[in-house]
Amino acid sequence: MLALYLRDLKLGVRAGGGALTGVIFFLAVIATIPFGVGPDLNLLARIGPAILWIGALLASLLGLDRLFQAEREDGSLDLLVLNGDRHMLAFTVFIKCLAHWTVSVLPLVVASPLLGLFMNMTPAGIGATALTLLVGTPAITFIGAAGAAVAVALPRGGLLISVLVLPITIPALIFGVSASYGAVNDPDPFLQPFLILAALTLFLAVIGPLAAALALRHSGD
Amino acid sequence: MQTFGEGKTMRLVAENLSGERGGEPVFEDIDFSVEEGESLVVTGPNGSGKSTLLRVIAGFLPAAGGSVRIAEGGEAFPSIASACHYLGHQNAMKTALTVGENLAFWRRFSGGGRFEIAAALDAVGLGGIGHLPFGYLSTGQRRRAAIAKLLVSHRPVWLLDEPTAGLDKSSEDRFADLMKAHCTGGGIVVAATHLPLGLARAKTLDMGARN
Repeated sequence: MLALYLRDLKLGVRAGGGALTGVIFFLAVIATIPFGVGPDLNLLARIGPAILWIGALLASLLGLDRLFQAEREDGSLDLLVLNGDRHMLAFTVFIKCLAHWTVSVLPLVVASPLLGLFMNMTPAGIGATALTLLVGTPAITFIGAAGAAVAVALPRGGLLISVLVLPITIPALIFGVSASYGAVNDPDPFLQPFLILAALTLFLAVIGPLAAALALRHSGD
Repeated sequence: MQTFGEGKTMRLVAENLSGERGGEPVFEDIDFSVEEGESLVVTGPNGSGKSTLLRVIAGFLPAAGGSVRIAEGGEAFPSIASACHYLGHQNAMKTALTVGENLAFWRRFSGGGRFEIAAALDAVGLGGIGHLPFGYLSTGQRRRAAIAKLLVSHRPVWLLDEPTAGLDKSSEDRFADLMKAHCTGGGIVVAATHLPLGLARAKTLDMGARN
């Protein structure tokens, strides 16, 4: 299983892996917002956590379509399914999700403090947003894997995956943003939404790979 | 020669096996039994269902009727999926990784390591190119690297779909020797191929004659 994780990391960072497209998209979205909203620093600081979360959510959906499609195109997917007796397919999917998250989504979390400066956010707000992104974005990847598995046989399934997955990621967005606001606005709680966010990630870490494995088993042709 | 009555030899058994693609029946009521050391050569014109048969055996496609199973596989190989290698039309190798990295991954992932990477590459005549990215190889070399994948981890049953596509004559001969050695070592080969395997215990299944 470690072998699979390392292989996917290598594939992600080597040429054609497309690991950086997400970060560049994230940067483009966040850098555009101040131009659109105008130079109202207070307003920017207020909407900052939400904008960062929306940007990260959309950016992390970008590379998902290749998660299983690349495996399917070169025939590797058959062998991953075939080894289902040795390595439970859902666990294989889980590892692939972790590798995908490490390569494509973790850079977004790392970049988010810098982009938080663009939004004139306070240090506490930046820290809270980065922390909620760190905890909440795996949920997006795990449930995104289920979408990617459903659309694996479709030649241009990228948009379909986003549309399928987006509604299910909304709870993570809501609790991620409300926890971030809780850290800066005094009466609002931070811990409760943060814990629900963590629970969402754990919940989807089980449901997502199981659903994806089921979809992959039945996608054979 | 061992007989079926002993019940000790591993067998790949299909009974009344039927397959379909997109609701269209491709083949019906296929029966065969291949035991350790034997091979089954599946022949037939294009579209006669050779690939579908192999994919049904591997479990990628549900059987429309009948069953296929491993008998007497023991604890190590309770099901077909755990007992077989599948070499399809695609090579299942990543172009961005080197040949060695590809093989090392499948060796660790599939387990049951037998040949070392270098030894497996030597066996298919690709010695010394393990450091090259898989994407740099020619079609025939890619196929040979994919064949090396069969060697790096041990599975008793090889399901091969047109394994010699893109291979030159000497590579075909070398591959035939590998298949022979696999059968001699107690393996089972099920191949959709036109290559004469030169095996004493090769059965044939002509899909074209059935339809």
